[in-house]
Amino acid sequence: MPTLANYLLASGILFAIGLGGVMLRRSIIVIFMSLEMMLSAANLSLVAFSRYGLVNGHQNFNAQILVFFIITVAAAEVAVGLAIIVSLYRARQTTHVEDLDTLKF
Amino acid sequence: MLTVAFWFFATLMIAFGASVVLLRNPVSCAMSLVMSFISLAALFITLDAAFIGIIQILVYAGAVMVLFLFIIMLLDLRTEESRSLNIGATVGGLLVVSAFIAFLVKIISSTPAFSQKLPDFVGPQTSEVKMIGFTLFQTFWLPFEVVGVLLLVATVGVVVLSRKSLR
Repeated sequence: MPTLANYLLASGILFAIGLGGVMLRRSIIVIFMSLEMMLSAANLSLVAFSRYGLVNGHQNFNAQILVFFIITVAAAEVAVGLAIIVSLYRARQTTHVEDLDTLKF
Repeated sequence: MLTVAFWFFATLMIAFGASVVLLRNPVSCAMSLVMSFISLAALFITLDAAFIGIIQILVYAGAVMVLFLFIIMLLDLRTEESRSLNIGATVGGLLVVSAFIAFLVKIISSTPAFSQKLPDFVGPQTSEVKMIGFTLFQTFWLPFEVVGVLLLVATVGVVVLSRKSLR
């Protein structure tokens, strides 16, 4: 049987891959996808804690409801973020982060 | 059975997650991310969270990734031309990621509570659908309503952002 540590490690590795994608990739769309991956990795550890921390032998559903809310907020975030990317592309004709350096110090 | 399912889907999830970061074509990245999310949904189902698993497939692998593919095709993004690697960013990124994984392994292996086996349910169980309904609409009814308002605000915001001229 998989232990809680296995699930936490899987979620942590997925989070680390997403973090690496955010820092190494330079296409803004792929950076945004990596952000979504980090968000889902956090969801996995929440659900794992909920399944392993039974209350009197019963499952505690609060964590699952929290994950449900996170997924809803993430969907709204994706819609707004992609709209920002589209209007950015309209203004600059690029999605490459190194060409978008107006705010750079 | 559960062990095999866990290792199979965890490997699949991490392999496709890595290919999101490593592949150059944005469409391949998006398809890898879909596969990664489907494997993640399977992991949710091994944790007896079928509701979250189905929501994950419907919302993430379905709606969100279709939106991503739609934007990739709308902006007509091609395979990234390879530019010279920014050495500082690459080394720094790899350093931060490996330090993160090292600390994670250290903390998880040094906490005995994390090595517990999957506990069995005790006594008669109320069905999952019923319990999720009760929790969502009785305990968390206010956040549920607030999320509805948030989705409305996001919809209006997207419409305003997509207009030709921002005033």
